[in-house]
Amino acid sequence: MRLDLILRVGAKLILPFILMFALYVQFHGDYGPGGGFQAGVISAGMVILYAIIFGVRAAKHVAPPRIVEKMVPGGVLIFAGTGVVSMFLGYNFLDYTGFAHDFLHAHEWGILIVEIGVLVTVCGTMIAMFYAFVERGRT
Amino acid sequence: MSSSSWGTAEPHLPILLVIVPLFGALLVTFLRRGILAWALTLAVTFVLPLIAITLLAKVLQTGQPIIYEIGNWPAPIGIVYKVDQLSAYVLCVISVIGAVIMPFARRSIGAEIQESAQSWYYAVYLLCLTGLLGIVITGDAFNAFVFLEISSLATYVLIALGRHRRALLSAYQYLIMGTIGATLYIIGVGLLYVVTGTLNFDDMATRLGPAIADPGYRNAVLTALGFIFVGVSLKLALFPMHVWLPNAYAYAPSVATAFLAGTATKAAIYLFIRVIFSVFGIALAIDSLPIPLVLIVLSIAAMFLASFSAVFEEDAKRMLAYSSIAQVGYIMLGVALANQASLTGSLAHIANHAVMKTALFLALGAVFYRIGSVMYADMAGIGRTMPLTMGAFAVAGIGLMGTPGTAGFISKWYLGLGAIDAGHYSIVFMIVASSLISVIYIGRITEVVWFRAPSESAKTAKEAPLSMLIPLWLLAGATVYLGFDTQATVDVSAKAAEVLLGGIR
Amino acid sequence: MIETLEKFANHYNFFITIFLMISGLFIVIARGNLIKKLIGLSLFQTSVYLLYLTPAKILNATAPIYDKHYATYSNPLPHVLMLTAIVVGVATIALGLALVVRIKEAYGTIEEDEIFAKDPEAE
Repeated sequence: MRLDLILRVGAKLILPFILMFALYVQFHGDYGPGGGFQAGVISAGMVILYAIIFGVRAAKHVAPPRIVEKMVPGGVLIFAGTGVVSMFLGYNFLDYTGFAHDFLHAHEWGILIVEIGVLVTVCGTMIAMFYAFVERGRT
Repeated sequence: MSSSSWGTAEPHLPILLVIVPLFGALLVTFLRRGILAWALTLAVTFVLPLIAITLLAKVLQTGQPIIYEIGNWPAPIGIVYKVDQLSAYVLCVISVIGAVIMPFARRSIGAEIQESAQSWYYAVYLLCLTGLLGIVITGDAFNAFVFLEISSLATYVLIALGRHRRALLSAYQYLIMGTIGATLYIIGVGLLYVVTGTLNFDDMATRLGPAIADPGYRNAVLTALGFIFVGVSLKLALFPMHVWLPNAYAYAPSVATAFLAGTATKAAIYLFIRVIFSVFGIALAIDSLPIPLVLIVLSIAAMFLASFSAVFEEDAKRMLAYSSIAQVGYIMLGVALANQASLTGSLAHIANHAVMKTALFLALGAVFYRIGSVMYADMAGIGRTMPLTMGAFAVAGIGLMGTPGTAGFISKWYLGLGAIDAGHYSIVFMIVASSLISVIYIGRITEVVWFRAPSESAKTAKEAPLSMLIPLWLLAGATVYLGFDTQATVDVSAKAAEVLLGGIR
Repeated sequence: MIETLEKFANHYNFFITIFLMISGLFIVIARGNLIKKLIGLSLFQTSVYLLYLTPAKILNATAPIYDKHYATYSNPLPHVLMLTAIVVGVATIALGLALVVRIKEAYGTIEEDEIFAKDPEAE
């Protein structure tokens, strides 16, 4: 074992809490500062911290580039898809009224789904950017 | 096309015009094979003109703008898409050009971009199309900025995918210039937002009237006008702000150049017209700042100086890029004169120039596909081995000069009429004189291509494949057709100009 | 004198905005290093955030989240706009940096004059 024992153990301890915090920011976005963008950056930060401490190869085992690459358009698909679903329900694009019986609830649901899309895209983009820059000049 | 054929999708057509290419771009990224990505892109780009033409027909029929409220939030609160005569017309131009060059793209992109990057190319292409259509369709100043940046970011990537290493540098330079332009625009919009408290174009226009009368706000409004003027002029390559354009066009992949030359500056010109006419009202500009005078001087400078640069070019793509700057000069000249005839000419030239310049760049793309170069020295005598390609090039080139019987003549004719209406007879002379310079640069390449002894590469070149010739001749044919049947361009432009001038306070 | 100072103090965020704007533009124009140019560009964009956020602040107002105890809220719209602008800025800078990495690989330098020396036609 190398000398970075404290870092390794510390990181292992802290990683789940970073993810917890990301999810807290994500779901608390309705009532306080937060939302998909911030949550995406925080959860990407978790992967990046993992990569810095344990190496990029280990990080790629956790978050394979193939999946990360798909997350970028995937999140936008969730976002835009929400809009299209609302169109199929007979409302305008991104009008969430059809998602639940009550106007407010429907909008809460709609925004939540959209924010999940944002989370996926932002997280994917950040990790993809990290991978892209970290790999340059190595080959 | 009957408007009922869209069924329940009918009221959603404005948003479909933006989300269809967006979804296309997203789905293309999931396809690894270049040919599949191309097929999906082809399908998507062929749907778009149908939507745009339906919208145009509907607007012309009713004479009323089509409004689409996103998320069902009405105008000052939410973002609305607004399709009026002008935007429907520009949407048609952009989507038609975007579709026509796609059959051409498969072989050209196949040869110029490595297999692994091809699906990315098509994804970025569709994103660029999304952005350009979005700029034109949105009725919200900030939304226009977002779409401007979407299309710009996609454009930088398209340029950087060129084969030569200079493509990277051109993309970088364009990124710096383009971002400064977009940021200046958004500073202007920010000042307007502070003054009016709204971002909707129509709402802004109604609230600006009282704001200008108030001396406390007047300077802020004029500053905003200055910022937006310079910012958008950077994006549309108005004369002294054009330096990014020749390199960007010269080193981008052939298809990307053809697409950008036909559409990218046009969307920026649309934004310029929308802000100057619909938001500020040209009256404000005339009274307080010498905007039309500045525009006229810069446009005429573009028409002459850029044309001169084109004459001395040795690289055919750069020559056409300089010619594009000159043509932007013609369009902006009509905008500056701001009367019915000149504006009609300008708007008609948006379509005519898009058709002609795309045809010219596609012909060069076909040459590049066969001999791998578009330098004059390598293209010498290629007319003998690729007669159909260079024939189309000649037809479109004759159109570009403004020869009677071609599309280029029609728009310049109306520009001239507009100049006479405005009482500037000297400008008519300048339009003719600068057209003579275009005779020189088109004549020079024609001489190289048809009359010189064939170069080594030209001797062995073969005629371009059919998938390239069909789009090419379609556009070359349109150059001649639009010179005789002006219903599609001039009539619609005239209506759009009427609406624009009617909105002036 | 006092009046001028007062004016300055009352509008200090606008002066900061203008300072950021001009210094950003200056760096973009004056520096030959491609990375430094991007830093200048980023500074230039940052000035816009401040320009939008300044009028959004309402004195004695709270964050725009509905609560019984408060009646005045800050204007949320400029904040949302700037969140969008920040994302756009991040995308632009990321793309710019990616291009610089590729330029470095292709030319072996990120100094503008050295690049032009290697490729005279690129101007």
